[in-house]
Amino acid sequence: MEFLYYPGCTLKNKAKDLDLYARKSAEALGVTLTEVPEWQCCGGVYPLGRDEIATKLSSVRTLMAARDAGCDLVTVCAACHNVVKQINHDMACDEYVRTRVNNYLAPDVPYDGSVNVLHLLEVLRDRVGFDAIREKVVSPLTGRKLGAYYGCLLLRPSSVLAFDDPENPTVIEDLLKALGAEPVYYAERNECCGGYAGIADPEVPEKRAAAVLSNAKARGAEALVTACPLCYYNLKKHAAGTGVGVVYFTELLAGALGVK
Amino acid sequence: MEQQNMREEILFTANADPKKCMKCGKCSGACPNYDKMEYHPHQFVSMVQEGNVEPLLESESLYLCLTCMVCVERCPRNVQPARFIEAVRLAKIRQQGENRLKPQDVPELIDEDTPQQLLVSAFRKYTK
Repeated sequence: MEFLYYPGCTLKNKAKDLDLYARKSAEALGVTLTEVPEWQCCGGVYPLGRDEIATKLSSVRTLMAARDAGCDLVTVCAACHNVVKQINHDMACDEYVRTRVNNYLAPDVPYDGSVNVLHLLEVLRDRVGFDAIREKVVSPLTGRKLGAYYGCLLLRPSSVLAFDDPENPTVIEDLLKALGAEPVYYAERNECCGGYAGIADPEVPEKRAAAVLSNAKARGAEALVTACPLCYYNLKKHAAGTGVGVVYFTELLAGALGVK
Repeated sequence: MEQQNMREEILFTANADPKKCMKCGKCSGACPNYDKMEYHPHQFVSMVQEGNVEPLLESESLYLCLTCMVCVERCPRNVQPARFIEAVRLAKIRQQGENRLKPQDVPELIDEDTPQQLLVSAFRKYTK
């Protein structure tokens, strides 16, 4: 199983564990991730404005690389996934955006949103399968009570992301079960962590992270599991004293597969 | 810019129809940053529809949207309130001298664990 892999800026810096253990786990599961050559940063947030063209170009270059390689494109960072997938949707469905982007980039073959963009969690669920993963677990996470933290970017808008049920997602819990852990369900698992707003007002992520952490703790979670470096940062920063840990899903997966 | 022109520009950028709003308030009820906002998601929709954008352009609420897409997801009429907040914010920060985040201010705003994602996101949202 071969995919083109788009790591994004943070996975090369502050979220190296998210990247490293994604690669190691993929290898252990027979999935080949080939990094997009000379990839550019996605910009972190999907540019919502219709007339934002320049901010969509880097994602289109990544998408064209996948088209030219004849591969589906795999992301691991929740933010990259959200941005690239939404821009791919624009290229497929919004003629205004598609025309201007193609006029600017002037590729040999215009891009029309044809690439399939998959998050690694979708690859694990839909291509590898949780039963196959369960069979490869050598160090099960038996007895660990873990809360999936989806946040926003994997799920919304569901009309485009089509990742899971946006209000009652299960993919991370199903992965945790396959790894032998006990998933903890709590209300705040698909609510926002405060995102980038901490740069304007630190109180925003402080309040949001406190709400997530206290809810998860009350339900018995010993740690929260995320695919987003910014969620990881906001939660971890405010988790001191709560006793609740924060981990990337790839760390848990690699640990259970015995490749950490 | 004259208000009518500004309204048209904002509607074009938003690429969404405020007339579809039935004022149920679900967007603002779900907004994780409601308490901080002077104008709430449903008010952005109705004030843009009325052409009353001047108060929005001058409000800190522009910078308090987290782009979490909850208002978009939970709207029963697919109004996409976040698109109106974004379009008004762009109308503001695209003007000369309205960048909200300057590179020289960054060192004071971060710590050793700040992910690159936070900074690129903040620059995308607070500058043009």
